[in-house]
Amino acid sequence: MSAAPQPLLSVERLTMRFGGLMAIDDLSLDVAARQITGVIGPNGAGKTTFFNCLTGFYKPTLGSVRLNHPQRGPMRLEELASHQVARTARVVRTFQNIRLFPKMTVLENLIVAQHNALQHASRFSLAGLFGLPGYRRAETAATEKAVGWLQRLNLIDKADTAAGELPYGMQRRIEIARALCVDPLLLCLDEPAAGLNPRESAELNELLKHLARDEGIAILLIEHDMSVVMNVSDHICVLNYGRKIAEGTPAAIQRDPNVIKAYLGEEDADEELHPEAVQ
Amino acid sequence: MSALVLAHHRISPTERLKDAAAVAFIALLLGIPMIGLTTIDQGGALRIATRWPALLAFIAACFVGRLLLRYGFDQLRARKLAREQAAAAVRDRNLAASPLLTWVGWGALGVSLALPIVFTDNRYVVDTATTVLIYVMLGWGLNVVVGLAGLLDLGYVAFYAVGAYTYGVLATQLGWTFWQALPVAGAMAASFGIILGWPTLRLRGDYLAIVTLGFGEIIRVILVNWTELSGGPNGITSIPRPSFFGLPFKPPGDDPTFASFFGLEYSPSHRIVFLYYLILALALLTNLFVSRMRKLPIGRAWEAMREDEIACKAMGINARNVKLSAFAIGAMLGGFAGVFFAARQGFISPESFTFNESAIILAIVVLGGMGSQLGVVLASLVLVLLPELGRDFAEYRMLLFGTAMILIMIWKPGGILAHREPTLRYLATTGDKR
Amino acid sequence: MALALQQLINGLTLGAVYGLIAIGYTMVYGIIGMINFAHGDIYMVSAFIAVTVFTLLATFGISSIPLSLLLVLLVAVLFTSVYGWTVERTAYRPLRGSTRLAPLISAIGMSIFLQNMVQLTQGARVKPIAPVLVGGIDLLTVDGFTVRLAYSQILIVLVTIALMAGFTWLITRTSFGRQQRSCEQDRTMTALLGINVDRTISLTFMLGAALAAVAGVMVTVYYGVVDFFIGFVAGIKAFTAAVLGGIGSLPGAMLGGLLIGLIEAFWAAYLSAEYKDVATFSILILVLMFRPSGLLGRPEVEKV
Repeated sequence: MSAAPQPLLSVERLTMRFGGLMAIDDLSLDVAARQITGVIGPNGAGKTTFFNCLTGFYKPTLGSVRLNHPQRGPMRLEELASHQVARTARVVRTFQNIRLFPKMTVLENLIVAQHNALQHASRFSLAGLFGLPGYRRAETAATEKAVGWLQRLNLIDKADTAAGELPYGMQRRIEIARALCVDPLLLCLDEPAAGLNPRESAELNELLKHLARDEGIAILLIEHDMSVVMNVSDHICVLNYGRKIAEGTPAAIQRDPNVIKAYLGEEDADEELHPEAVQ
Repeated sequence: MSALVLAHHRISPTERLKDAAAVAFIALLLGIPMIGLTTIDQGGALRIATRWPALLAFIAACFVGRLLLRYGFDQLRARKLAREQAAAAVRDRNLAASPLLTWVGWGALGVSLALPIVFTDNRYVVDTATTVLIYVMLGWGLNVVVGLAGLLDLGYVAFYAVGAYTYGVLATQLGWTFWQALPVAGAMAASFGIILGWPTLRLRGDYLAIVTLGFGEIIRVILVNWTELSGGPNGITSIPRPSFFGLPFKPPGDDPTFASFFGLEYSPSHRIVFLYYLILALALLTNLFVSRMRKLPIGRAWEAMREDEIACKAMGINARNVKLSAFAIGAMLGGFAGVFFAARQGFISPESFTFNESAIILAIVVLGGMGSQLGVVLASLVLVLLPELGRDFAEYRMLLFGTAMILIMIWKPGGILAHREPTLRYLATTGDKR
Repeated sequence: MALALQQLINGLTLGAVYGLIAIGYTMVYGIIGMINFAHGDIYMVSAFIAVTVFTLLATFGISSIPLSLLLVLLVAVLFTSVYGWTVERTAYRPLRGSTRLAPLISAIGMSIFLQNMVQLTQGARVKPIAPVLVGGIDLLTVDGFTVRLAYSQILIVLVTIALMAGFTWLITRTSFGRQQRSCEQDRTMTALLGINVDRTISLTFMLGAALAAVAGVMVTVYYGVVDFFIGFVAGIKAFTAAVLGGIGSLPGAMLGGLLIGLIEAFWAAYLSAEYKDVATFSILILVLMFRPSGLLGRPEVEKV
């Protein structure tokens, strides 16, 4: 590990306690740039709480989350408010139970994600109010970026439809597209494959790989669907009762006796961990 | 399918009678203590008086009304269902609605521009139209806070009051003119918006509602009691009227007046018409401003905040700034309307700024259809004109008003115009690619 | 010291009345998540019914105080509950499941309607009744200032305590209470379990109205005057009490009511009577700044 380059994100001894409940217990984890890191674990293992601590929605009881921002240098995420995590640290997340702006159109959802850049260009709305060229250029650029992602994610037909009216699988993709419009360094996806049909989840696999390899976006992925996690992750971290019980490559995790015992423990563990074997 | 639904709605006459009888029984219970019995003050002591015929009439009205209403609704519903099923396939409501609405909007603008010319001599019409426009402007201002940003504000009248009193005080004590005071009053109201917004940032909808209501009451109580500044319950009198770029609306005298400058014969209606056009201009500016803001990043952030605050934060939007800006801008617009109100009346007192006023403005926004600019116009028309129409039986005005609020809400819970126009369209920017 | 004791008594009495009305707000909010703006006016309707019945009893020459009080309470509770039921049935039920603001507007409409209906049918003038419960106990006298505990104050506090006890029993121990609480948590699931949700909501409105009715009777006895506008003021105070205590929490409503009664009494006595409402609302804002869910409300964890 000594030769490894500096990780993008290093979580050190993170602890989150709610009253008597240890939701996260002394968790340390590194997330490498341009890689997909899977976070798995049974329900209630503390995965979403972990995301909430990373993205400023919870203040962790103990521990630190350090981000090595390529332009701004090292940052401490646990000290930032939730909007600053997205705005300055460019760590962006999606939500387990999709949170779109349901009455706004898909395109508007993606434009809202570019709020800070546009707000800056609109000079406290003054330039925008009078339609000055600087703001208009910024708005065109924002629309182009949004349209670009919509085309990539095959959503362009629905650009002018209210996001809340679209089917579930599409809403998941819109949420990812919206997060991408923030230009994330690290994208935290909370169960992006939940509720997707097999074809959609295969498409998701391709998308995630593409984002990491070609766009250089690091991805932190919470997922129950093993066909996704095992397939796309470069590195996997397994949580149980808030503790990290194993970490390694997908192949190593599938063989790890700890994981099989503590996390799955059943006869059918094999099936779940080896999606190729199932068909 | 439709036959089945129709059959389902066919209720036997006995059932209808039973249903109406139940309603009549409830009417009896409601009516006994309020209509059947009353107390009359007789030489300092109360005496019971009865009005059994009135009670009987009320019960009969309820019975017959229920029968007819129920029958009518059943017929209507059956017909509507059949129609909807026939038309369901070919309708694209979103696209069909907008051109019509645009035309209605332009039509309304045309009518409002022509109104004082047509009714030059009818002071009452122009006055009423001015009142409607004040409410339109207030509605558009509150629409920013409630309709767009989704912050339930029950104390909007406070900003209206701040605007009116700022002008009142500046004009009577420092001799400022309308145009000098207008921006200052707007800024003052905006600051009050921020003062209100700051402590309430963390509050959820209904908690926010009571705090804003309390804020409105605080402002009113201060106005009633801070006599040195506000004149207390008597308010501020002889507030100067706005002039036409320095030309006052006065009978001819030594200084040039509006009438003498333009070589017109003096008429008191000049000022009425001028005030009308003034509020029309202010309202149109407000509309332009708000519509433009809605399409800017800040406006989209307001709407996004209404839809999902947590998602906004996750997108890097500073929720505090967005909320405060909505409060401040909404308050500023209310302040402008307040300045106009003070200038038009020439007299203000705390009585004009009660909770009822806030409730009416909120009702205009909600009845109009949250966030819809044209809806605000329609709702203001309904809510201002309805009591005016009832002037002949003045006692029933407010009763009618309350009933109308309930009925419109039940008829259209989303408001008269519930349609939301997107702030930008892909197909519009790129041409029809489909 | 004597003045403080007197204000404590007055504040608690007033607070008990606010608390009784606040319970109606809090229960309705708990079960259907709406602010029942017409609730204060329900209380006002009850006060008018009380005036009518007191006058009626006087006409029939019933002069026994306990008997007439009991009769007035019964009649007022009965008729006012019907008003509560009707308000829900006509103005709120058709709007269930629509946006959050629609029932609020319809409630404001209902409040305007009730106020003007009473003004039309019962007159706009203030109605004074002959004193029902006069006299009291002189507790102590300091420097010529006598601290007095009026019988009507004792009545209000005793009735409130009894009602609170009965009410707590109803909510925690009976099947209706269980249904009511389960509706608060999840209406859909409650309906799936075969419980008539509409009926439970109707009963909740009637209960809230009944408590407001008791408050209305008590205020009529205490002050001896009513007018059609008392509902608005009391309604806002009680609503503030419910929020202060933590909306949705029954003990919170009573606590909030008592606090507001005390704040008003002491502020009026020691600082300024004119600004007592400013004090009430300022304290509400202060409390909410530090405890956004009120004093006894369950803090809402930001669910992400």
